Amino acid sequence: MTETFDYSLIDWSRAQFALTAMYHWIFVPLTLGLGFIMAIMETIYVRTGDPAWKRITKFWMTIFGINFAIGVATGIILEFEFGTNWSNYSWFVGDIFGAPLAIEGIMAFFLESTFIAVMFFGWNKISKKFHLISTWLVAIGASLSALWILVANAWMQLPVGMKFNPETARNEMANFWEVLLSPMAVSKFLHTISSSYTLAALVVIGISSWFLLKKRHVVFARRSIVVAAVFGLTTSLFTILTGDYSAKVIARHQPMKFAAFEGMYVGQRNAPLIAIGVVSSSPEDPENKNAKDFAFKIEIPNFLSYMAFQDINAFIPGIQDLMDGNEEHDILPVSEKITRGKLAIDALADFKTAKNAGDEEKMLKSRQVLDENFKYFGYGYFVDDPSRLIPNVPVTFYSFHLMVALGMWFLLFFAIVLLLVYKGKIAGSGFWLRIAIVNIPLAYIASQAGWITAEMGRQPWVIQDLMPTLTAVSRLDTNAVITTFILFALIFTTLLIAELKIMFKQIKLGPKPEGGN
Amino acid sequence: MIAFTGIMENKKTNIFRRIFRFYYDGFRSMTVGRTLWIIILIKLFVMFAILKLFFFPNYLKNNFDTDEERGNHVIEQLINPK
Repeated sequence: MTETFDYSLIDWSRAQFALTAMYHWIFVPLTLGLGFIMAIMETIYVRTGDPAWKRITKFWMTIFGINFAIGVATGIILEFEFGTNWSNYSWFVGDIFGAPLAIEGIMAFFLESTFIAVMFFGWNKISKKFHLISTWLVAIGASLSALWILVANAWMQLPVGMKFNPETARNEMANFWEVLLSPMAVSKFLHTISSSYTLAALVVIGISSWFLLKKRHVVFARRSIVVAAVFGLTTSLFTILTGDYSAKVIARHQPMKFAAFEGMYVGQRNAPLIAIGVVSSSPEDPENKNAKDFAFKIEIPNFLSYMAFQDINAFIPGIQDLMDGNEEHDILPVSEKITRGKLAIDALADFKTAKNAGDEEKMLKSRQVLDENFKYFGYGYFVDDPSRLIPNVPVTFYSFHLMVALGMWFLLFFAIVLLLVYKGKIAGSGFWLRIAIVNIPLAYIASQAGWITAEMGRQPWVIQDLMPTLTAVSRLDTNAVITTFILFALIFTTLLIAELKIMFKQIKLGPKPEGGN
Repeated sequence: MIAFTGIMENKKTNIFRRIFRFYYDGFRSMTVGRTLWIIILIKLFVMFAILKLFFFPNYLKNNFDTDEERGNHVIEQLINPK
């Protein structure tokens, strides 16, 4: 079925989307987290009346403004790409994506755009309380607008609350609440925003540490560190808890991705978690080249079973179980899923033929077959090469473990910083201040690694079990996609350089007595 | 009644004027914000006037006239992806 397909088109289209999404994600998490940090700082200012807190708030507001301005609308390019490069996918999901993205657009416009102006222009012009409310609304609005796009992404990982209409080839929303409150949507939203808050806390501590190392604006830096460290400790703990919840959801709904997290080829009870591992270049099974063996690993016994199902005896299926099936654990082999997927695809073809012929009885019959097998629809495209159903294990494994290790490190780091603050030694501890600066890029690496884990781990699916990348992509000239890839790389790199230049300049200037917009 | 309407209109004008002044003064007093606005405007121009127009046409909208044709095309792609 797929032997004539040009896979380089898929690879370039994916690379282009990944590039755009990753660049967009450089700007988003800082906006999400810094909004709350400056709202907390302003709350302290309003409550204490201490003008030093106003100065602190205004400085971080400037950093927020730079990041917001450079990052704003970079996400629109993703929507362009949906329409151009992923037109089949856009059509297929249209009704499901329409509602969340429309709400996002309205919320982002009214909440952020309105109150952001009040927040920046309103100092000394409106009451302190109204200004404070505006700042909080900007912070809340940013997170709420992130909610809708994350709900849309979660639906792609766990498609629920919809009904496929074979007449239009579109999924139609059957239950909005099921889409909004699916366990995948809840875990994805909570984990993504809490990790973004953690990133912002690390950026604030890192920049403040630079001031302390330079012995400039010491009071400002120490106060900023206290707020950010308390905020960061809380959010990093929440990130770990929501990450744990995400893992449980993935273990239940995306078992192949879960197996790829751990590079687990053969499933087992009392499954261990790999604390440190090096993936070998040789495959475990020559037929499934993506499933790699390990050259070296250190394991925590029983932990994976416990983490996924709160039971050390729980069975965790490996890649082999998911490919070949496991009767004891009620796991269908992919060969069966492929057969049922093919049945669904053929039923769609029959439905179309019957519709053109005006044969209502055959339409009804085909629709019944389609409905019965629709949950395996996407598997029908892998008749020729089922091994494509296995994601890239090394990339998923390393990105997952890097994210987890950094997440744990950040929690420890915030605790150390607070201890140093409590003992009054933060300003003199050059080692930890330098570590704080190094943590800034590490925070971005962890954030990006999270998305790589989520998106690479679910390959080959654009919509889990229903639509693989090969049917989602528009049939464009591959060279045109390569051209836009290069174009985006140039535009986004220019924007990033602009952001860094303006931000570094403002940081060097430091907080002003009266701040600035 | 006429006087009341006059006061209401005056108040409305004041509110609009105050909002206008709020934004006007805000934009005028910007420092780093001016650079950022220039970047935003250039970025939006590049995105909508160049990228969207020349590089990112909506594939289904441009190649098909009706939703039925678009649906049929996608069904064809789903049945026989080549």
